[in-house]
Amino acid sequence: MSDVLAVTDHRRGDLRDVSYEIITAGRQLADDTGGDLHLAVISGPVDDFAEKLNREGVDAIHTVSHGEEFNHDVYTQTITQLYDELAPQYILTPNSVNGLDYAPAVANELGLPVVTDTIGLSVNGETLTATREMYGGKVETTNELEGDAVVTIRGAEWPTADGTGDAVIEAFDAEIDEDAVGSTVNGFEEVGGGDVDISEADVLVSVGRGIEEEDNLELIHDLADALDATVSSSRPIVDNGWLPKNRQVGQSGKVVTPDVYIAIGISGAVQHVAGMKGSDTIVAINTDPNAPIMDIADYAIHDDLFDVVPALTDQFQ
Amino acid sequence: MKILVTVKEVATVEDEFEIEGTEIADQYLGADLNEWDDYAVEEAVQLQEAGVADEVVTVTIGPEDCEQTIRQALAKGADRAVRVWDDSLEGVDLLDVNAKTEILSAVVEEEDPDLVLTGVQAGDDSFGATGVSLAEEIGYQWGAVVNHLEHEFDGDVASVRRELEGGVEELTDIELPAALTIQTGINEPRYASLRGIRQAQRKELDVKSLADLGVDESAVDSDLELTDMYEPESESDVTVWEGSADETAAELGELLRDKGVAP
Ligand SMILES: Cc1cc2nc3c(=O)[nH]c(=O)nc-3n(C[C@H](O)[C@H](O)[C@H](O)COP(=O)(O)OP(=O)(O)OC[C@H]3O[C@@H](n4cnc5c(N)ncnc54)[C@H](O)[C@@H]3O)c2cc1C
Repeated sequence: MSDVLAVTDHRRGDLRDVSYEIITAGRQLADDTGGDLHLAVISGPVDDFAEKLNREGVDAIHTVSHGEEFNHDVYTQTITQLYDELAPQYILTPNSVNGLDYAPAVANELGLPVVTDTIGLSVNGETLTATREMYGGKVETTNELEGDAVVTIRGAEWPTADGTGDAVIEAFDAEIDEDAVGSTVNGFEEVGGGDVDISEADVLVSVGRGIEEEDNLELIHDLADALDATVSSSRPIVDNGWLPKNRQVGQSGKVVTPDVYIAIGISGAVQHVAGMKGSDTIVAINTDPNAPIMDIADYAIHDDLFDVVPALTDQFQ
Repeated sequence: MKILVTVKEVATVEDEFEIEGTEIADQYLGADLNEWDDYAVEEAVQLQEAGVADEVVTVTIGPEDCEQTIRQALAKGADRAVRVWDDSLEGVDLLDVNAKTEILSAVVEEEDPDLVLTGVQAGDDSFGATGVSLAEEIGYQWGAVVNHLEHEFDGDVASVRRELEGGVEELTDIELPAALTIQTGINEPRYASLRGIRQAQRKELDVKSLADLGVDESAVDSDLELTDMYEPESESDVTVWEGSADETAAELGELLRDKGVAP
């Protein structure tokens, strides 16, 4: 068959943005295959979600009311049953943390290939061409596969769908085998609170692995002090325990939109960029002129941070 | 409890490089233990030190060249290693998730661990899918992107935190046996001691072919075919300041003053 089944993402009562983006990606694929776009909405207030997701390009929405929050066993069971019922050519899911918690299992259970974190998709007959990155964004690759497949899409790569659709909304009667549900979600916790809220800062002096050692952070603090700015960082700095979690910018940290974001020794991995690309002005200080951060920077200095940062601090003292 | 940790030697790329066909030319590549796997190894070794695990075994798919990298895990405290390699894997430029799943599941079946720890993803091809796919294949429970694992197990249940987006963690109980994909930051990976490095040389490192594992050679035929590799077209209109550090710093200083954000 030539249909596309796209699975939506939500958490604690809210649909996540990627749920609207996956409509765009799914519609585009379905146009290529000449099939219909089906959405699956699993758990939570599904009727309310279905109404919101009924946007232009959606042909059918299948709701499965089972529990409030994501559970990978429920998702895996439901999606494999929907696949049997609808026989789509492609199952599309977000490449979110939860997407990665069920998409590979669905693929393996159905005996389908899986290609993750795609940033571009096109179909020609039975052949899917997927674009994805390797080596932390240093190169892009195209990958081909034949026949049915499970595909995960990167967030913020496709625009959100809008308009009002006239999709058929139907409850899908999934049979959940409770004995096979081996994990239980007991709750959620917000982390990264505390005294400093980097999302409030006008200027962020943000440091990455290029700083090499904890002692060298003094250079960054000196600069921030001189500029009356706030220090933030990429993930490895927090993983190393050099700065507290509330300083981390990115997918699993904070989203920031300062007037000026100075990225110092940060390569610009997608999970980092997700947290700072909305900054007004982005400045990158990096020895690597090909670092992915250059794609979103407005200004750049291709030089050693250990030379540039002290020189900059000097100017404001 | 027995723990199996999957480890991979990943390719690292220099700042300047060239692409030949669908690969980065050899002379620009380095090799390292996958960052995420380093945390997985550390977690397993800590569980052993806490008396929870009694054996930690690592498994990798890779050629003889990668043994030095793999021994890093032994130097940090893993007990022994399994390395899967086969003539049929020679020259394969992309081993997709299904292929890795099929090969690794044969090792899991042989070793029969209670817990499998993998990295969230490999730093080079970044599929982020093998751990969960493997769990499904062998009938284990699983959890993806785990950034905390309670070292006190409540019977056959692992209590974990899964790191979701936006600074939210999910508190989840997972029945054993299970496979967990380990996120960076879950612990502080140790450096191998000199003594550890010496000992690692004497630790058992078994090499197995696909035939040894009873895996058909067709397992290495990936469904996914890498057809092109290129440097991403930059959409950037970045202004690059040239000159000495003092000169470029002066440009940046001026920008900050222009924006009215510098004192
Ligand atoms: C599920 C998941 C969630 C994640 N969430 C986040 C997140 O929230 N935030 C986040 O940041 N990352 C996150 N990551 C990690 C992300 O993939 C990258 O590993 C990380 O962002 C890399 O940090 P970095 O840029 O500091 O380090 P690297 O990628 O190692 O880059 C270091 C940079 O410093 C430059 N450099 C080195 N020396 C110098 C010098 N002397 N002068 C100038 N430049 C120099 C190098 O050229 C390089 O570009 C996540 C990953 C996963 C899988």
